[in-house]
Amino acid sequence: MSIGVHGVSKSFGTFQALENVSLDIPHGTLLALLGPSGSGKTTLLRIIAGLEGPDAGRIEEDGQDITNRHARQREVGFVFQHYALFRHMSVFENIAFGMRVRKAPAAEITSRVEELLHLVRLDGLGARKPAQLSGGQRQRVALARALAIRPRILLLDEPFGALDAKVRVELRQWLRRLHDEIGMTSIFVTHDQEEAFELADEVVVMNHGRIEQRGKPDEVFDKPATPFVMDFLGNVNLFHGRVENGRAFWHGVPIDYPDYPHAQSRPARVYLRPHELDIARTGTAAPGGLGGALAAAAQSLPATVVRLTRTGAMTRITCQTGDASHELHVDLPSAVAREIAFQPGDSVAITPRHVRVFLPDPEYVI
Amino acid sequence: MASNSRWKKSLLNFFHLEHYWKHPLFSAVRRTGQRLARGLRQWSHSLSKAATATRLSELLLIAAAVASIGLLIVVPLASVFVAAFANGPRAWWEAIAHDPDTRHAIWLSLTVAPVAVAFNTIFGIAAAWLVARFRFPGRTLLVSLFDVPFSVSPVVAGLALVLIFGRQGLFGPTLATFGAKVIFAWPGLVLATTFVTLPMVVRELIPVMEAIGPEEELAAVSLGANGWQVFWRITLPNIRWALLHGIVLANARAMGEFGAVYVVSGHIAGATDTMPLRVEKLFQEYRTPASMAVASVLAGLALVTLVAKVVIERQLEAESKELEAARASDAGTDPTTGGDLS
Repeated sequence: MSIGVHGVSKSFGTFQALENVSLDIPHGTLLALLGPSGSGKTTLLRIIAGLEGPDAGRIEEDGQDITNRHARQREVGFVFQHYALFRHMSVFENIAFGMRVRKAPAAEITSRVEELLHLVRLDGLGARKPAQLSGGQRQRVALARALAIRPRILLLDEPFGALDAKVRVELRQWLRRLHDEIGMTSIFVTHDQEEAFELADEVVVMNHGRIEQRGKPDEVFDKPATPFVMDFLGNVNLFHGRVENGRAFWHGVPIDYPDYPHAQSRPARVYLRPHELDIARTGTAAPGGLGGALAAAAQSLPATVVRLTRTGAMTRITCQTGDASHELHVDLPSAVAREIAFQPGDSVAITPRHVRVFLPDPEYVI
Repeated sequence: MASNSRWKKSLLNFFHLEHYWKHPLFSAVRRTGQRLARGLRQWSHSLSKAATATRLSELLLIAAAVASIGLLIVVPLASVFVAAFANGPRAWWEAIAHDPDTRHAIWLSLTVAPVAVAFNTIFGIAAAWLVARFRFPGRTLLVSLFDVPFSVSPVVAGLALVLIFGRQGLFGPTLATFGAKVIFAWPGLVLATTFVTLPMVVRELIPVMEAIGPEEELAAVSLGANGWQVFWRITLPNIRWALLHGIVLANARAMGEFGAVYVVSGHIAGATDTMPLRVEKLFQEYRTPASMAVASVLAGLALVTLVAKVVIERQLEAESKELEAARASDAGTDPTTGGDLS
C-alpha cells in the first residue's frame, strides 16, 4: 500500500504544526520521520492514520483520496507512544479487540490471537493484564493488537521512546525483521537519529512543520541538505567563516568551495564532523616529514590539544584553535589515538577531509 | 476458633449467604469491617501506650477530636435511632408501615431519587466527556456553571423552578394546556432533585477522564470501533468506579434533599411528600416518635451509603495507583518471561 501526502497543512490555534508537507511513500518501505519535538512528525503520523484531519491537503492510498475517510475505516495499524493498552482487558482481549468489533467468529479470533502472541514472543501470557507486563512486553502487545486487523499500513509513534537502552536495541532489530516478513508499509516517528538510521529504509527529517530532507540513511548522513539537518544529526564543529572566489575561509584556512565562484565576499557557516578531520602532531614531526609536509601543503589549521576523552572505541580529542577563540573536536579510533599518544598541550595541525559549507539564504543577507 | 467457624457456617447456610459471602463487594465490606476493628484495636493500644509515654498536647488533640465528632455526629445520629425505637421495634414498624402517607412518602423518595440519579448519570457522562476530551471556547465557563447547583441555595433553586414551570410561570400556561403539571407534582420533584444533585456525577468523572486520557479511546477507533463500542468497551469500564462513586453520592443527596423539594412539592400528604418532608410534617404535628421512625430510615440509608462510599473509594484508590504504576513502569523491563526476542 503506497501512501501519498499532498500539500498537507495543520495548525493548532496559532501553532503551525505542518506547513504544506508533501511526501510519497512507496509500498513496502520502512520510513522514519525524524525531528525534534514540535517538528510536526507526530501530527503527520496522526493525519495519515485519520486521528486528526488536515486543514488543507490530501492523503492518498494507492492513488485513491482517503482524506475524508474515518480512522475506523482506514485499516491502519497504529502503535501509540505509551502503547494505550486497554488496561481493564487481558492481553488476549487487547489483541482480539479489533476483530471483536468487526464481529469475527470466535474460533478465528482465538487462532489469530494465538498466532500473534507467538509472533511477538508472548506465548502463554494471554491471560495477563497490561499492568503485569514489562515495558517491552507491553510494546509488543500494542504491536500485536495493531497487526491483528491485518492493516495495510503500520504507523508507530515513538515506538521505543519509553524503553531502556538494551530492550530498545533488541526490539528495533526485531521490528526490522517483522517488517521484512510481513511486507507492509511502515512509518515510525522518532527523535533518535541512531534509531532512524539503523531501522529505516528511508529517513525524512522534519523541522517546524516542514520536511528538511528525505533520503536513504547514508544520503542524509553524508549529504545533509540544510544546516538544520547538519545540526540535528549532531556532533559537529561549527564555525562562522566567509566564502569568496570559489573558496571558503575557515580561520584563514582556505577550503575549495566551487559552488560560490563570485568575487563578493559573503558570510558562511562551515561544518566539520569530528571523524572527518585528520590530526597530526607538528611539534615533534621532522620538518621534512609527512606531518610537516601535510601541514604546509594542505589546508590545515594549527591547534593545541586541550584534553582527551575516551568513549568506547573512539577517543575524542578536544583542541583549541591557535588564537584560543574556538574549541573543536576530533574523533580518532582509540587504538590510533593510543599509538600516537597525544598529550594535552601538544601542538597539532588539523586537516579536514570533508567540509560542508552553508550560505545563509540571500534574502537574509544585509 | 473451630466453634466460631461452625457457627458462622450454619448462619451462612441458614440465610443462604454462602454465595454472597464470596462475592467481591461483600468481601470488600467484610475486609473493611476487619480493618476497622484492627484500627480500633491499634488505636486503643496506642492510647494506652500514649498514656504512659504521654505527650499532653497529643492527648488533648485526640480528646478534642473525639469530643467534637461525638457531640456533633455520633450522639445526634444515635439519638435518632434511640428515639425511633423508644417504644420498641413493633411501634417503629407500625409508624412506618401502617401510615399510608408515610408509606407513600417512602415510595415517592424511592422513585424520585433513582430517576433524578439516572438523569444525572447520563448528563454527567456526556458533560464529562465533552469537557475532558474537547477544547472549545467557553469550556472553563461551562465547568464553573456545573457548580452553580452547589453554590445556590436549594430554596432559590426551587423558587426558580416555580417561576419557570408554575401556573403563572414562563412555561406553566403552555404546559397547562397539555394537561401537564410540573409544580406541586412528581415531575417538579424530579426536576428539583436533579438540579441540586447535578454536579455530583460530572465532578467525579472529569478528573478521572482527564487522568486516563484519550489514547485508549483513539486506539479503539483506529482498531475499527464505532462510538458506542468505544463507550461501552473502553470508556465505561475505565470510569466505572468513579461513576459509581458519583451515583452513590448523588443518590444520598437526592434521598435527603429538603429545600428545593419543599418549595416545588406543595407538601400534599400522600401525594407530593417525600421522606424528608414527611419527617418534618410529622414533627410539626407533634408526632415525634413517627417522625423519628422515618428519620431513622433516612439515617439508615445514609449509613448504607457511607459503607458503599468507603468500598468504592478503596477501589478508586487502587485503580489510580495502578494507573501511576503503569506510567512509572513504562521503562521497566522484566526479562524473566517472554523477553527473548532472538
